[in-house]
Amino acid sequence: MSLALDFATARVLAGRDVVRFFRQRSRVVGALAQPILFWWVLGSGFGGSFRLQGATHVRYSAYFFPGVVTMVLLFSAIFATITVIEDRREGFLQSVLVGPGSCFSVVLGKCLGSSAVALIQASLFLLLAPLAGVSVSAVHWPLLFGALILSSLFLTGLGFALAWWINSASGYHAVMSVVLIPMWVLSGAMFPVDTPDSVLGRLMRLNPMRFAVDAVRQALFPGGAASNASGIAALPSVSLLTLGGLAALTLGISAWRVGRRE
Amino acid sequence: MTTGSSAQSHPQPILKVQGLTRRFGARVALDGVSFGVLSGEVFGLLGPNGAGKSTLFRILAGLLRAHAGTVTFEGRHSALQDAAFRVKLGVVFQSGSLDGQLTARENLRLGARLYGLSRHDADRRGEKLLGLFGLQPRGGERIATWSGGMRRRLELARALIHRPSILLMDEPTQGLDEAAFRSFWRYLGEARAETGLTVLLTTHRSDEAERCDRLGLIEAGRWVGCEPPSAWASRFGDDVVTLETEKLEAIRDLILEKLGLEAVVRGRTIRLEHPRGHELIPRLVEALPSGALRSVRLRRPTLGDVFLRLTGTDLDLDGELEGEP
Repeated sequence: MSLALDFATARVLAGRDVVRFFRQRSRVVGALAQPILFWWVLGSGFGGSFRLQGATHVRYSAYFFPGVVTMVLLFSAIFATITVIEDRREGFLQSVLVGPGSCFSVVLGKCLGSSAVALIQASLFLLLAPLAGVSVSAVHWPLLFGALILSSLFLTGLGFALAWWINSASGYHAVMSVVLIPMWVLSGAMFPVDTPDSVLGRLMRLNPMRFAVDAVRQALFPGGAASNASGIAALPSVSLLTLGGLAALTLGISAWRVGRRE
Repeated sequence: MTTGSSAQSHPQPILKVQGLTRRFGARVALDGVSFGVLSGEVFGLLGPNGAGKSTLFRILAGLLRAHAGTVTFEGRHSALQDAAFRVKLGVVFQSGSLDGQLTARENLRLGARLYGLSRHDADRRGEKLLGLFGLQPRGGERIATWSGGMRRRLELARALIHRPSILLMDEPTQGLDEAAFRSFWRYLGEARAETGLTVLLTTHRSDEAERCDRLGLIEAGRWVGCEPPSAWASRFGDDVVTLETEKLEAIRDLILEKLGLEAVVRGRTIRLEHPRGHELIPRLVEALPSGALRSVRLRRPTLGDVFLRLTGTDLDLDGELEGEP
């Protein structure tokens, strides 16, 4: 009985996020336009001066492409979890919280919904992969989608836990610009590590977001010079295991926070 | 003590609250509140802002933790976060909890699916409620454009779709005009006639309070008592005399000086309570200078008067202020 209710709760929440995404036409357009613009503007800006050590033939547009894919995941997670703050006190989430579904089912449903939206957005952007020099036949699809799904669950779980804990939209914006965005910048998404033992190099190595960028890059450019372009890339299996562990951890923390009533 | 007709046929309490206590830091928001709600009755919680009504509502809805006290539901000790209790609970929030991007039908369907109903059952009950609440012709519209009154009715339908045995509502008609208010209560009445639903609500409106079978009064986190609305009114049996005049303070002072009676200025009137109002009026008119009074009125006390006497706050005026934190 209660497992069926948990399943129903997770399904309602996940389905609602996907329906809402397609209902808001501006979100669909923005979801596609924003990463393209980002890729194009930054790609043109840095492209001229970018030289990858040991693989000078790798263009910046190719290097940056996996980074933009993970940015799509991050922004989708931020967008989904920022609504949690308002939705919880005066919105739809109230009616879910008084319902019979467990806290874990509420968190899981919200995170699955947001991940589904992130995956749709990332897939739309991935249609441009050939322009970045990706050979479609060479792409390691299971690794790619495994990385996208686990990364989105991790990022949404992280966003959810932060949103529930901070409980104010302005506070969340602060965390977004001080924690979440820098986490993406220092993941190897924008630039590689030249000196892995420097402070910056160590910081990047500790950054959990790098596993997402590494795995996406290795899936899109398997075996090539670009696959270890960040200079600190982990093995794909290590990346996937780490992302899976982080997803489980952040979802668990979120469920615990929701369950611990004020 | 009398109770409403439906309550009399099933006199056992469906919900019993004992010693409920909740603090926010040093402030005690609820101080050992105990009461029982009878099966099938409409039970109102009345109190000024900050009295603890919303805290009590949030605890019963399972959104807030109590620091002490117990709740018994249908004779069994109940943890408010148990799924078994929550499937029997319907909740209408003050701030609204519908999704404006979805149609009325979709909102009802999601509400039903949360309680494990199949899609077929969800849609069947949804159609029936839309019909019952006069919303069927607009069921396919996204509700973002709907009026406040229609949204409240849909909110009520959504709270009832899984057939709860008790409905919890937090100031459900706040901000609604008279017509929307009356239609909300008419539809609630129709839903109750079908299911024998028990209702527990918080309110600020005297017209809403008067529709309750029993009213529990709460002030500064403490339980004052619980009576049917008419019993509250007759508990303070004095007549109410109101005087309209240009010189409020001067006339008030004159009444105290000449008749030895304490009068109160409320808004643009002077208000007096007296056990025999009809005898007081000729004395007042004689004692005051001619032409000083524009009008004199006599009436039996209402719930609003009782509330004013007990809490020092105007019931309906209070409702226009901001809600509790």
